[in-house]
Amino acid sequence: MEHAEQQQQHPIGTYLWVWGLLFVLSVLSYMVDYSGLEGFIKWFFIVLFMWLKAGLIVAFFMHMAWERLAIISAVLVPPAVLAVLVGLMAVEANHTLLTRLTFFIE
Amino acid sequence: MANNVSAEDALGPGLRGLVDDWSSDQRAFKDVPWSKAMMWIFLLSDTFIFACFLIGYMTVRMGTTEPWPDTSSVFALHVGQANIPLLLIAIMTFILISSSGTMALAVKYGYERHRQATATLLIVTAVLGATFVGMQAFEWTKLIQEGVRPWGNPWGAPQFGASFFLITGFHGTHVSFGVLFLIIMAVKVLRGSLDDQRPGFLTGRRGRYEMVETMGLYWHFVDLVWVFIFAFFYLW
Repeated sequence: MEHAEQQQQHPIGTYLWVWGLLFVLSVLSYMVDYSGLEGFIKWFFIVLFMWLKAGLIVAFFMHMAWERLAIISAVLVPPAVLAVLVGLMAVEANHTLLTRLTFFIE
Repeated sequence: MANNVSAEDALGPGLRGLVDDWSSDQRAFKDVPWSKAMMWIFLLSDTFIFACFLIGYMTVRMGTTEPWPDTSSVFALHVGQANIPLLLIAIMTFILISSSGTMALAVKYGYERHRQATATLLIVTAVLGATFVGMQAFEWTKLIQEGVRPWGNPWGAPQFGASFFLITGFHGTHVSFGVLFLIIMAVKVLRGSLDDQRPGFLTGRRGRYEMVETMGLYWHFVDLVWVFIFAFFYLW
């Protein structure tokens, strides 16, 4: 006996809206490069548009917005530990850079 | 046990539902077919692989004393007289997003049992994916001719080539396999294997339209990874 599994059926408008938004966000992130912004404001916009696009894809195209919290948290919580790895490797990279600057650059 | 409550009776929402689902001692992921849950688990592991590549790239880029090549001009294209920065990458981005859109629609029409529309959209998705890989091959050829190698390049930090070939190569491989799966799925849909619940030749599992959605998860993931590569490798 099969479980009564919920099928992911949603109005076509939802998909078209997300599709359109992804196009707009891609244009905007391309404009970040094209406009020649520098420094913090450039990184801020790159990361902002990146997360917005990723969120739209996961939530609507991959149907995460309509899934139960059990599977949402099983998939979306574990990658958070990557922040620790980023932190560790940033420290490591700075150490490498410092060592190179101290011993290998005349 | 006199009163066995059936699992479907008491599905609470929210945090309470989360605890109940996980502690129900039988099936944590309700309302999704196992194939879909397993695809999510696979994608989770793939997330870690790509994350390790991107974090490795971050590490070598932060640690190098030489200037990082300016991606904006490295990936520029000559159009007429002008050099348009990142043009090829922008086009590839739009192609991949378009393919994600057609994939999402294929899933929708699959559940509505529109066989022809589903197959057509799957094939359009595959063609867009193949176009993406083709443009990537062009990009690789161009860079290799300009002297980019995994151990060096004409413009600066030698780690640039290593990161570039590893990250885009692994992503391109994912796209290529996705195209292959899309073609197989399109054939299955076209010949009615999903409507007739015909067993697959490899696993023997009965055909069903959830397969299109599971396939879609993989494809959207490939698009998702590109979002991060585009931001961190090309724009940063």
